[in-house]
Amino acid sequence: MTLDDALTRLAREDSGRVLAILARQHGDLDLADEAVQDALLEAVRTWPERGVPDNPAAWLLTVARRRAVDRIRRTTSARRRTDTAAYDLAEAAEPAADRGLVEEDPDQMDVSDEQLRLVLLCCHPALNRDAQVALTLRLVGGLTTTEIAAAYLVPEPAITQRIVRAKRKIRDAGIPLTIPDALDERVDTLLTVLYLVFNEGYLSQGDPGLLRVDLADQAIRLTRVVRSLLPESGETAGLLALELYQRARFATRLDGAGELVLLEHQDRSRWDAAMVAEANRLLADALRAGRPGAFQLQAVIAAQHANARTYADTDWPAIVGAYAQLDALTGSAVVRLNHAVAAGQADGPHAGLRLLATVEGLDDFHLLHATRADLLARAGEPDAARAAYETAIGLTTNPAERRHLERRRDQL
Amino acid sequence: MEYMFLITVDESQATPADPTADGFEDLMGAWFAYNQMLVDGGHFITGASLRPSTTATVANLATGTVTDGPYVETKEQVGGFYLVEARDLDEAIMLAQKMPVPAAVEVRPVMYRPGA
Repeated sequence: MTLDDALTRLAREDSGRVLAILARQHGDLDLADEAVQDALLEAVRTWPERGVPDNPAAWLLTVARRRAVDRIRRTTSARRRTDTAAYDLAEAAEPAADRGLVEEDPDQMDVSDEQLRLVLLCCHPALNRDAQVALTLRLVGGLTTTEIAAAYLVPEPAITQRIVRAKRKIRDAGIPLTIPDALDERVDTLLTVLYLVFNEGYLSQGDPGLLRVDLADQAIRLTRVVRSLLPESGETAGLLALELYQRARFATRLDGAGELVLLEHQDRSRWDAAMVAEANRLLADALRAGRPGAFQLQAVIAAQHANARTYADTDWPAIVGAYAQLDALTGSAVVRLNHAVAAGQADGPHAGLRLLATVEGLDDFHLLHATRADLLARAGEPDAARAAYETAIGLTTNPAERRHLERRRDQL
Repeated sequence: MEYMFLITVDESQATPADPTADGFEDLMGAWFAYNQMLVDGGHFITGASLRPSTTATVANLATGTVTDGPYVETKEQVGGFYLVEARDLDEAIMLAQKMPVPAAVEVRPVMYRPGA
């Protein structure tokens, strides 16, 4: 492993756990974050000369602990100078400093409780969605603000400010590092955030960028972390399976010229069989508990596609069944739209069009019109189909999708 | 920590508590129970129900004017408040959610309170 790999690994794999330990110990997220950043900088500074320590995670914990205590001392003495009523924070942290002399190894510690608290804090409903995403990637995922900014194609100061504001709200509004009673609800938010990150990576696939980390892979990595923290959560397993089924198809989604390749025409021999197999195991285990939530149902649908040997082999009635459950569970218009696509395959274009007519509130969504166009074309109504393609083309912003729709229109 | 609950109600919907109306006893009973819960848990600092915003007057110190009406003319108006003590935001939210009224409650941490 090169030095760069070791440093990246330290940030990605170990910094989140160390931050979780320190945040819990001091009850101060900001302090924990600063201390971990100090320690990571020290690794960048000293490792090239001294070499990579035998146990990088233990090294990081020890150094970050010292830096936390240093910071508390500095704050306290600054306060003493200006404030006669200063209370001695350093005293409270002294035993930790002592313990820092005996090197502790995060790999040998059970820090799942601390990690779960941290990740739930990052996805607290009192924070807005952008802040939840940025905090999770930065504090749990160990990405730098530079990496996050590059991944989302936004200026770095915007990400920095988002994180600073979120940390300030956590501190000032008293958002706690606790495991809440309503855990399921909070886990739903957390999984939604992870899936959002995954989809950002999925949709921006093939978009070149010098510093772009693959958000889809980061989301999978973080979902694995959450799964290790919540092994009983069927929805977490469902999300991981869903991500793996989609990730398995990445290489075949675009052709050599960067054009979109429909599921129907993707080269299934190039799908990642190991990922599909892992997803199958995860999903089967999750479904055995008999509580299929939205992520498990979406995984069931993805599983039908991923496991069909050819497009013609696709079990559309099974997919329609899963969509009907998902539709009832979520009441989402986008789910109804996909339900209509599946019904169009299982029961013919007229069945699809009937269901599509019940979709509400998606008039500005290009895929609604593209779907209607496809169904109309198959129902033998080329003029209506052409008009629907025109509407879809006018609404889409993705160049590859627009070219694809234009080709479909021209084939009528 | 201390939090203020700003209770926002849709004044076009909310009917003023009328002692002769059906369900008045139940409504008051629910509020008494809520207040008692706050007191028993050591959360209650103070709180009040306000008269509707039609009775509001704005004294604008910047312009030196005094005008009729609430500061912002919207359908949603502050109808009352509580000042509570809670361990953290999660506990504050949990307390706010127990209020027996279909209102939107803004939960704000107190920065400073003389005498607190």
